[in-house]
Amino acid sequence: MITSLPKLLGATLITLKLLSVSLIVGMFLGLFFAILRMNKNIFVNKFAYGYSYIFRGTPLLVQIFIIYFGLGQIEYLRSTFLWVILKEPYWCAIIAFALNTGAYTSEILRSAFQTIKPGIIEAGKSLGISNKIIFYKIQIPIAIRQSLPAYGNEIILMMKGTSLASTVTLMDLTGVAKYIISTTFKPIEVFIVAGGIYLFMTFLIHNLIKYLEKKYSFQ
Amino acid sequence: MELLAFGKTGWGDELFYATLMTIAVSITAMLIGFVFALIFTPLKLSKYKSLNLIGNFYTTVIRGVPELLVIYLLFFGGSGAIMYVAAIFGYFEYIEINAFITGSMAIGIISGAYSTEVFRGAIQSIDKGQFEAAKVLGVSKFIQFYKIILPQMLRLAIPNLSNVWQITLKDTSLISVTGLVEIMRQSYIAAGSTRDPLFFYSFAAVLYLLLTYLSMKLINRLEAKYSRGY
Repeated sequence: MITSLPKLLGATLITLKLLSVSLIVGMFLGLFFAILRMNKNIFVNKFAYGYSYIFRGTPLLVQIFIIYFGLGQIEYLRSTFLWVILKEPYWCAIIAFALNTGAYTSEILRSAFQTIKPGIIEAGKSLGISNKIIFYKIQIPIAIRQSLPAYGNEIILMMKGTSLASTVTLMDLTGVAKYIISTTFKPIEVFIVAGGIYLFMTFLIHNLIKYLEKKYSFQ
Repeated sequence: MELLAFGKTGWGDELFYATLMTIAVSITAMLIGFVFALIFTPLKLSKYKSLNLIGNFYTTVIRGVPELLVIYLLFFGGSGAIMYVAAIFGYFEYIEINAFITGSMAIGIISGAYSTEVFRGAIQSIDKGQFEAAKVLGVSKFIQFYKIILPQMLRLAIPNLSNVWQITLKDTSLISVTGLVEIMRQSYIAAGSTRDPLFFYSFAAVLYLLLTYLSMKLINRLEAKYSRGY
């Protein structure tokens, strides 16, 4: 139990790296697609809707497998510079995670944008503020504050999602835990240690979001 | 298209049975989850602190730990635990549990934690007056639950339970790591033997989309049925 701890802690770093990179990329993707969803052009709108529908309606495992095993099959891709990225399981996992969390984030942000009271935007307009500044300085900050609780859940779900990286040969926390279980046949001890690390991360994320909610509350 | 042909030449029939397997595992897991929810929801709502603690421990741990880890625990530890219990009763032969049971049990434990939270939320949002009125009328606890609380609770719980169903359906893809032949495992086998992973994994994605779409339609109907009169 104690001998497995250093190995598992080392693997936690990979989990954290996967999580943070895909959350940052996913945040931008989410914002981009949330803005597309509010576009009046029906094709742009439907495209963004289709993106979030497909990525929310299929398991993350399928998405990783399509990107890691599937894309390598296209001959053309192998000859371009993209192959440098797509042959690495690390980057494939990050692409899949980012696209997946981007879909959920876009839904969270879209509903946050919709709950902004029209009065706030009208107040901005009557003060003579330009549409662009209303959007960047008023709508986006309010939407981010509104979506904090839902986004906190998404971060925790994504943290659990990074465990799927172990299916494409990455040695993240779950990957190392599985390796130790299958070599020592001590599933319960390893589960307690690895599960404890995951729970601790959940606890930290939960409290961070709570703190941010309090700090940026409207009162 | 010939890749999807039924019979010996294609993978159509295999994928069809795999889809049925996914549905079977999802439904079994959902039902096992309900059993867990029926045990742990009263614990979470109990007056006693120690019982609350047990209920909270279950939902917190399961919802905070990756699904894959729970599956590995049951897959590698499940038969060991059963053999340990069997040894107490004097049975020392090797016992192997079937992948279907391990898989549905693992996913059931996970979906049970989510269902528990949904039921707890639904019961807590029922007006207190309903409980008091039942008490005043001298209705027994049992009837109070089945005839007064449960029908009201179901209406409130169905939208959230539909989310749990979607999560459960997608989680079943993870038990492919234990070798149970459901959509994901079958696509893996097909992709391996035809060297066409892009096609088969995309097709698996389409199958999952179809399943989530159809179940959404069904649940919407159920929702309409239970919210009659509101």
